[in-house]
Amino acid sequence: MNRLLPFFTLLISIISLTGCGQSTSEKLVLTGSSTVAPLVSEIALRYESQHPGIRIDVQTGGSSRGVNDTRSGLADIGMVSRSLKTSEEDLSANIIAWDGITLILHQDNPVTALTRQQVIDIFTGKVQNWREVGGKNEAIVVVNKAEGRSTLELFLKHFGLKNSDVDADIIIGDNQQGLKTVAGNPLAIGYVSIGAAAYEFEHGAPINLLAINGVEATLANVEKGVFPIARPLNLIIKDSDSKLATDFIAFAQSSKVNDLILNQYFIPANAN
Amino acid sequence: MRTNPIFSNALLFGAWFSVGLLILIAVFMVLRSWPFFDREGLGALWLDSNWFPTEGSFNLLPMVAGSLMVTLGAVLLAGPTGVILAIFGRYYAPARLASVYRALMELLSGIPSVVYGFWGLLVLVPWISSFAPPGASISAGIIVLAIMVLPLVVLTVDTSFEQTPKKWLVAADALALQRWSKVWRIVLPASLPSILSGITLQTGRALGETMAVLMVCGNIVQVPGSIFDPARTLTANIALEMSYASGLHVNALFVSGLLLFILTVVIVKFGGLIQEGTRRQGA
Repeated sequence: MNRLLPFFTLLISIISLTGCGQSTSEKLVLTGSSTVAPLVSEIALRYESQHPGIRIDVQTGGSSRGVNDTRSGLADIGMVSRSLKTSEEDLSANIIAWDGITLILHQDNPVTALTRQQVIDIFTGKVQNWREVGGKNEAIVVVNKAEGRSTLELFLKHFGLKNSDVDADIIIGDNQQGLKTVAGNPLAIGYVSIGAAAYEFEHGAPINLLAINGVEATLANVEKGVFPIARPLNLIIKDSDSKLATDFIAFAQSSKVNDLILNQYFIPANAN
Repeated sequence: MRTNPIFSNALLFGAWFSVGLLILIAVFMVLRSWPFFDREGLGALWLDSNWFPTEGSFNLLPMVAGSLMVTLGAVLLAGPTGVILAIFGRYYAPARLASVYRALMELLSGIPSVVYGFWGLLVLVPWISSFAPPGASISAGIIVLAIMVLPLVVLTVDTSFEQTPKKWLVAADALALQRWSKVWRIVLPASLPSILSGITLQTGRALGETMAVLMVCGNIVQVPGSIFDPARTLTANIALEMSYASGLHVNALFVSGLLLFILTVVIVKFGGLIQEGTRRQGA
């Protein structure tokens, strides 16, 4: 072992030294919402490739972490997938994109519209059979999102529910799993991001997007601001912030990243 | 005995490195779980009303039950089936079929678990749903997991058959034993310990499986009353919520991981005991 020791010491010093080369480069740290993070990572890659010498570090941890880190200075920019609350007015929000949430059913399900109360009754288990809301005499399979997802939060908030009120039959993770679950089950009802649902629908998945309060679930309606379950995706900063941070936010709001935003099924904030 | 000092030192280093890594993992999990035990106490894990981490309720017992039911169900289904298939492949199938058969098993064992999960979600779950809604359930998880571990069971059992001493088989032929008595009286008893340890290893794998189970089990946090009820496993719980959690919720998820770690250690230890027991009986 003793004979090998110098070799390992050398190896370890080489590995640790390689990290020190670019100490002069500027660094930007973003933390917060996991809905926004994948999009911002893509934007950051493009920004880095156009601005050599700048390194951007994107970390997730939820919208509230984004708020806390921006306040404490741990992060230069926070990512928040909701509007800022009144208690957070010391920070300034910059919308980069919009996201909407819609209910989806299987195409074999004859139900085409549900009232707010019917949705609440279905998700709380008061209504257990499709017959009671105008469908076939079959059991309802309620598909809910896993705890901590912002889609879940927004859905619950819109319908005034608590997660423990929901009587679910299947719990899913991401939008894709939700879409596959409903596409494979004629008894199911679930909710997902509008963009993802519209994309799958256009590509032949056997699903129907339900209108909410009579407003058709389309990306166009989210864009017009008339769709009821929509939320802004924000980049937040403290008022006294660096030139680099404001420059990055301007880049994220510019039309130079619209293709990245649309790829993630969001609506660019500069669209209208 | 003379050995190459560099080679044996490298081996020693490798061995200690993996032990060290295991200890570091355990320490890390305990450290990350600690804030949870500190704030909520150990009892919260089974005394809380259910698992609603954002509402401060952290009962993990249903997920331990879910993990155990899916895993044991899959192993009970795949274990005996795998032994039967291995017997067929080695002692009954014609030589050409047997080699194709083995290649097929190796191919099947290499397919990523997501593919099995995807098949389960699109084919198995709708089929189960047609007679026992919602379809996504313990039974779907058991079937998908059993299909996943089956090729590996067949391969390990086949390998242990290969190690049956040749002279025993030659002696059996000399005594004009029939094929079935040769298998039943000689091969199976001789390879029982390694069959059991192989199946135990697969139990560990099944317990740790995440994606396929997450896709077909329904992930409802409840102690399932029947195999057609949905349930959530410890692995699915971590995968579903980890990247979306903050604060005490993260620590509670590390507790899920810690429980999984402990369960795996217990099962592997248990498998070792069984193997030792059968070996002693056989001797």
